[in-house]
Amino acid sequence: MNNGHLNLLIGLAMGLNLLALGSNRLPSLIRVMSLQGVVLGLMPLLMERIDWQVAAVALATVAGKGLLIPGLLRRAMRAANIERELDPFIGFVPSLLLGAGGTIAAVALARALPLLPEHAGSLLVPGALASVLTGFILLIGRAKAIAQVCGYLILENGIYLFGLLLIHSTPLLVEAGVLLDLTVGVFVIGIIVDRIQRAFDSLDTRKLTALRE
Amino acid sequence: MIPFLLIIVPLAGAVLAALWPDERSRPWLLPAVGTVHVGLTFWLLFNPPPVAPDAWLAFDPLARAVLPMVSLLFFVCSIYAVAYLRLRQERPNRVFIALLLAILGLLSAGHQSRHLGLLWIATEAVTLAAVPLLHFNGTPRAFEATWKYLLVGGTGIALSLLGSFCLGYASLHGGGEGDLTFVALMAQGAGLSRPWVLIAWVLLLVGYGTKMGLAPMHTWKPDAYGEAPAIVGALLAGGVTTVAFTAILRVRAVVSAAGAGAMADRTLLVIGLFSMLVAALFLLGTRDFKRMLAYSSVEHMGILSIGAALGGAGVWAALFHVWSNGLTKGALFLSAGNIRRAAGSASMDEVRGMAVLAPRSAMIFVAGMFAVTALPPFGPFFSELRVVRAALAQPGHGFAVTMFLGCLLFAFFGLTRVVFGIVDGRPRPGTRAGRRFVESAGVILPPLALMGLSLWLGLFTPAVLQEAWSAAVAQLFPNP
Repeated sequence: MNNGHLNLLIGLAMGLNLLALGSNRLPSLIRVMSLQGVVLGLMPLLMERIDWQVAAVALATVAGKGLLIPGLLRRAMRAANIERELDPFIGFVPSLLLGAGGTIAAVALARALPLLPEHAGSLLVPGALASVLTGFILLIGRAKAIAQVCGYLILENGIYLFGLLLIHSTPLLVEAGVLLDLTVGVFVIGIIVDRIQRAFDSLDTRKLTALRE
Repeated sequence: MIPFLLIIVPLAGAVLAALWPDERSRPWLLPAVGTVHVGLTFWLLFNPPPVAPDAWLAFDPLARAVLPMVSLLFFVCSIYAVAYLRLRQERPNRVFIALLLAILGLLSAGHQSRHLGLLWIATEAVTLAAVPLLHFNGTPRAFEATWKYLLVGGTGIALSLLGSFCLGYASLHGGGEGDLTFVALMAQGAGLSRPWVLIAWVLLLVGYGTKMGLAPMHTWKPDAYGEAPAIVGALLAGGVTTVAFTAILRVRAVVSAAGAGAMADRTLLVIGLFSMLVAALFLLGTRDFKRMLAYSSVEHMGILSIGAALGGAGVWAALFHVWSNGLTKGALFLSAGNIRRAAGSASMDEVRGMAVLAPRSAMIFVAGMFAVTALPPFGPFFSELRVVRAALAQPGHGFAVTMFLGCLLFAFFGLTRVVFGIVDGRPRPGTRAGRRFVESAGVILPPLALMGLSLWLGLFTPAVLQEAWSAAVAQLFPNP
């Protein structure tokens, strides 16, 4: 595995996590997420062995995470005609601090876990953990439905990073299933966003409060 | 071949339903496919097929112990669905029927998955397929419930995938070849890398626990069950949760083979008791009888989790409880659906005197409530008794048993409070003025049949089922 270049990309993805936490406008959040998707898609190409399965994963990731899904989200944003400002539950600075602290914790935790020799110097595990954490912060800390979807996608990106550890050993089925389900999932979420819009005339999940004890 | 038919027939039915031109005759596809499916599963229950050890999909003992219940529940619900959809002619039913059939096929796939990745794909697909069913009613409240279901459920699914990857890495780190069938993982046993197994267990328990509705990951449940049509609630509570439960059982067997079984059992016990406690407390407070069913479901998922923590005898009891709870919950959901239609509301602030307005549904609802709170001679009493006996057979579970019984008591108070609140009393003035709800055979016989099955399960637990549960326990505990 070409560790140096791969680590550079993972570092970039981790930086994009922090950028996503600091974004205060929806279009910039979507742009950050789409860029992260492209970065993630390039990673399999830096693996030591590139067969057609790995190439297919790379292509599908760039197309799905980098182009298709951000496109869908932008369309949903335009169709819903919502304000571009993100008003957060957790402020941007606290989010960033949480994210930075989480990234450090992820690196520390990953050092405690046993890794195979070929993965030893890699940032894949800390990168994965940090992205999952970033996703959670966005899921919990943002009020707009589309921002929550972005958080969910960053969480999925973290899982994808972890999956790269297994890309040579798990059969194609699992990988294909991951990508398919991700796309379908967001597609469904997109439809829902559309419907929420029609029902509430807003994409603010804070208005979803009729159901409680 | 037949195990594949269990998946292919419903999926083909789903495609057929999507293409079927006539709105009025389309609902009949549900009982048609349901009949074939229930026939096939029961044939397989009595004639278990040989299972190739390395098969990814097979009707193995664990599938045999649970899948017939799901199939039976679907069959009864499908008959109810015909009558229900006749009442709901104002809403197009193409998507609803196609997805119900797809869910049956995907549940069959999930129960028969012997591969970590395949199991995850099936569970994910079931979750997504259920989304449009939840907002069948099209109200803003239904959208809100769907959104919460999607966010919480989606996160749960993501975590279970991460857990699956961790388990895969545990195998790879231990020198495995990347074979993620449960058989291979169990065979690797102590060779699995322990830190990774522990992480995988936590993530998979949280992930599949979300799907099952264990507290504190249960938050989607009251909203989804409260707003979904009765059949969808019954199938979610009796079918979708069981596929997550069998997933946890399969993973637990791997963790146990890796030498961390005691830790897994402790977490299952704690999360199970916590679920029962949370459910009991919310049951004392809720005023909506459909949300009440959701909390009752959280409570029973807790019981399943506790059973799974108690070794072979406990898992046997839990499998018994999967049957008794699934069928009884089905009866409760369907009769609650009738009451909801007759009363026009699900809140006990607005609903009274249902014994007058919908006497038969109210009778089934009360009987179901007694059954689900573990009054003899219904099924849940005997299965919960088995759980308690499994706990008492092991030393040091005195506190857990006390808490278990205490939670059951509080749940009983909570359930009776709501149920008698809506059944008793005089109907509210004005309730009768609207069009009267007719308790036709189509909406009464299915829940009645489910109650009958629950009673029969309690009084005469069939030998073939007992044998199937024992075989499943033998599969999960290869060297007791």
